[in-house]
Amino acid sequence: MAAVPQRVHLKFLVNGEETPVSFAPYKTLLEVLREDLNLTGTKHGCELGECGACAVLIDGEPHLSCLVLGVECEGRRIETVEGLADGAELHPLQAAFADLGAAQCGYCTPGILMTAKALLDKDPNPSRETIKEAISGNLCRCTGYQQIFEAIEEAAVRMKP
Amino acid sequence: MSTQGKLRVIGKARRRVDGRAKVTGLTRFADDIVLPRMLHCRLLRSPHPHAEILEIITGKAEKLPGVHLILTGKDFPVTFGIMPVAQDEYPLANGRVRYVGDPIAAVIAKDEQTATEALDLIEVKFKQLKTISNPEEALQNPEPRIHDYGDQGNIHRIQSYEFGDVDEALAKSDHVFDDLFFYEGNTHLPIEQHASVAAPDGEGKLTLWSSTQVPHYIHRALARALQMPASHIRVIACPNGGGFGGKCDLHNHEIVVSRAALKLGRPVKICLNREEVFYMHRGRHPVLMRMRTGVTKDGKLTGMHLQTLLDGGGYGSYGPASTFYTGVLQTVTYELPRYKFDACRAFTNKPPCGPKRGHGTPQPRFGQEVQLDKIAEKLKLDPAELRLNIVAKPDTLTANWLKIGTIGLAECIRQATARSDWKKKFRKMGPGRGIGIACSSYLSGAGLPIYWNKMPHSGVQLLADRSGQVTVFCGATEIGQGSDDVLAAMVAEVLGMDPYDIRCVTGDTALTPVDLGSYSSRVTVMMGNAAIQAAEKLKAQIAEAAGEQLEVIPSRLSFSDGRVFVTENSNKSLSFKEAVEFAEVKFGTLGAVGSYTPPRAPGRYKGAGVGPSPAYSYSACVVEVEVDQATGWIAVPKIWIAHDIGRTVNPVLARGQVEGSVYMGLAEALMEEQVFRRLPPKMSHALVHKIPSLLEYKSPTSLDMPEIDTILIEDPDPNCPFGAKEAGQGPLLPVMPAVANAIFDAVGVRIDELPITPDKVLKALELKAAGKNPRVGPERFPLVPYPKSIFVLPPWEGGDGKESKRDDAVAVV
Repeated sequence: MAAVPQRVHLKFLVNGEETPVSFAPYKTLLEVLREDLNLTGTKHGCELGECGACAVLIDGEPHLSCLVLGVECEGRRIETVEGLADGAELHPLQAAFADLGAAQCGYCTPGILMTAKALLDKDPNPSRETIKEAISGNLCRCTGYQQIFEAIEEAAVRMKP
Repeated sequence: MSTQGKLRVIGKARRRVDGRAKVTGLTRFADDIVLPRMLHCRLLRSPHPHAEILEIITGKAEKLPGVHLILTGKDFPVTFGIMPVAQDEYPLANGRVRYVGDPIAAVIAKDEQTATEALDLIEVKFKQLKTISNPEEALQNPEPRIHDYGDQGNIHRIQSYEFGDVDEALAKSDHVFDDLFFYEGNTHLPIEQHASVAAPDGEGKLTLWSSTQVPHYIHRALARALQMPASHIRVIACPNGGGFGGKCDLHNHEIVVSRAALKLGRPVKICLNREEVFYMHRGRHPVLMRMRTGVTKDGKLTGMHLQTLLDGGGYGSYGPASTFYTGVLQTVTYELPRYKFDACRAFTNKPPCGPKRGHGTPQPRFGQEVQLDKIAEKLKLDPAELRLNIVAKPDTLTANWLKIGTIGLAECIRQATARSDWKKKFRKMGPGRGIGIACSSYLSGAGLPIYWNKMPHSGVQLLADRSGQVTVFCGATEIGQGSDDVLAAMVAEVLGMDPYDIRCVTGDTALTPVDLGSYSSRVTVMMGNAAIQAAEKLKAQIAEAAGEQLEVIPSRLSFSDGRVFVTENSNKSLSFKEAVEFAEVKFGTLGAVGSYTPPRAPGRYKGAGVGPSPAYSYSACVVEVEVDQATGWIAVPKIWIAHDIGRTVNPVLARGQVEGSVYMGLAEALMEEQVFRRLPPKMSHALVHKIPSLLEYKSPTSLDMPEIDTILIEDPDPNCPFGAKEAGQGPLLPVMPAVANAIFDAVGVRIDELPITPDKVLKALELKAAGKNPRVGPERFPLVPYPKSIFVLPPWEGGDGKESKRDDAVAVV
């Protein structure tokens, strides 16, 4: 234990901003985001990679931030729910989730929004089956998922140029 | 009340008022709170299901750098419990642990990591005690007693009620059906793990932020647990990341961090890990049931005798209420002339059970609805028609003296069967495919609080000022269900405002009038009625002042779209802001309060307090299944759910409540179970949780959910705000039996226990192939020493609602 440095100093690219951060090296990305960068929009439900609440995008791909060590993220592009809106203007996914009841308690919502963003960035016209598959690693206990599917579909429509 | 006329807000599909925060990550849950100088707490939990604690050695842990405080049972001499009749827990074990996970010691350290390391340095010496693993063992082993209170031995509660002579009714019936059912326990599994932050303020008073559904009850119970005046404690319920009943108790960790913060003079936070959430539990009781029901040859119920045996786990929790709820609502759905209900809750060495969505009623509802399917099969009746013929009547009393108001169940059955093409499908879908129906009813709020008092159940306070802003204060708690949205909608409707212009301050015992909390589906009805009352008072003041300005009597004014205008001449108007200014000139600072207390229930016998509600919601559910006869795998392509909601406040949220209920019901039907196993005798032989993780505790993912067709039936109830009943629990209840009934339609086997897993289906199919009774379920009901019944005559047999003698009965005409 004694040989491990107390803290490491790294730079991430968080929501488009170069972000220097200092943290204990055992910390997961989830812990660094929440505890060292005060980005508490990213949630946790198990810290074992089982619930999907902590999903963020790393270099555009959805990852469970509880299974990624902070030290693995040096120089990488990290997107969290805090970076989803454009200033005061909600991302179409956010607006559709709010309008269509896709967020009830809102706790799994950030993870699902980020996972859905990765999906729509790749596939602007996903089928219902593709949507179901994409968010199958994100547990939601409130909605029964139907309004989430509909919100992602609605966002896809709203995002059409 | 202004529940008349055209509604502008109520009934319109809208984004919820707190919707933006939820999609931007700005909703502040308890674990998101970070305070200066904050310390972190972790709990040491028992590895044994039942043991005496001989010694706790904390010396090494205390010396670990970064550790600030270690607490043990000796720091907490006072018991606690959420119900006054079940004060049986200690924040940290007082010499005894009663389930694996029972908290023993707490470490408060500079960070979670240090606190976790310190836990490993605490040494506890135990003397293991005999473990009681299920209710049958509890009945057979009155010693050692898990608690030194309760009705006898290891029985926590045991009771019997009889409403009319049930044996006589059964003897006179054309048929008597006698069935056993078992409903396995399961847990809430909110995605948010319980978290709390306690902090002393500048005056040394305590603030507790917590993921709780019931800040008022926590406030009350915490004052007792900490032996502090309630005026020195402020409880703030953070928005909950899902509750489902699992955040309704005062929890050990809430008391521990409160005591630690007061002792250290610094904020202290705890967030349970997922395994601990499984141990905290307070979820669905496992219930074994025997149900004897008499019917006439045309399918009318003549009487029912229900016996239940509940596995309560290691502590009381809401158990006394849960015990009642396994029986009291059995009379509300269908006409039932006579009813007898015996119930027994046993203590066992497992995490305590308590209230989960539907609290006690899903278990007997499962039994009754499956039994009705068997009755229809035997009598060669269509099960939907059979139900339609026996739906309870509106504005009547039940055998156990519950007052029913509006009932939309017949319409629910008609719509659910029409939309699902029931008549074309039932018994006609071919091998392996089937369809099933079930119905239910539920409370729109419990008629009595959990501690005896005659005060209001919900209070609302309104503030309006010259800026035109309106703030509404209420103790109600946002757990995701949309309580803030209902509050804003009610006030906005009455004052003619946009709901997004109303600020809601909720769930804070220092600022908000008492509301009993988010449980028993009570918020819409109780908070809603209180909010309307407060808004009407404020409106009357504003109307009086505006009327003077516009030179009309107040009754000729309308409030709409942010304006106050003469109804027949909308050009004569004031903006809402101007009207408030005139009102402030006339009356001084403006404010209004409203409150709501449910109507007094007609039952007068001891125990009549559990079951009454201002209104009951009704649901009908049709489920289609496909059963793979080679593997027993059950696929559910579609579910239809019709719910009698009275009036829909916000269709977006109402649909979400109904579909979320269906989701959770389907989960309980097919996969969820909180189960235990014994470690091998060579090890400790301890009774441990089989699956304390989200991976192994199976819950449906997006890939498992079928399409849901939600039908909202509106039949406004006069006891309810704008007629709106509950939607968050009732629609769960019919799903499980509808699945079981659909499986029978598909493959002709009866699975009389939940969850219905493929292995049970296969076993039943094997029995069927062997020419045996194709049923899997409990085989016997143990001898339970139920007491002599409290006998109460039903209303139609000359009763007065009080306990009576059997020979007081008058002939039924």
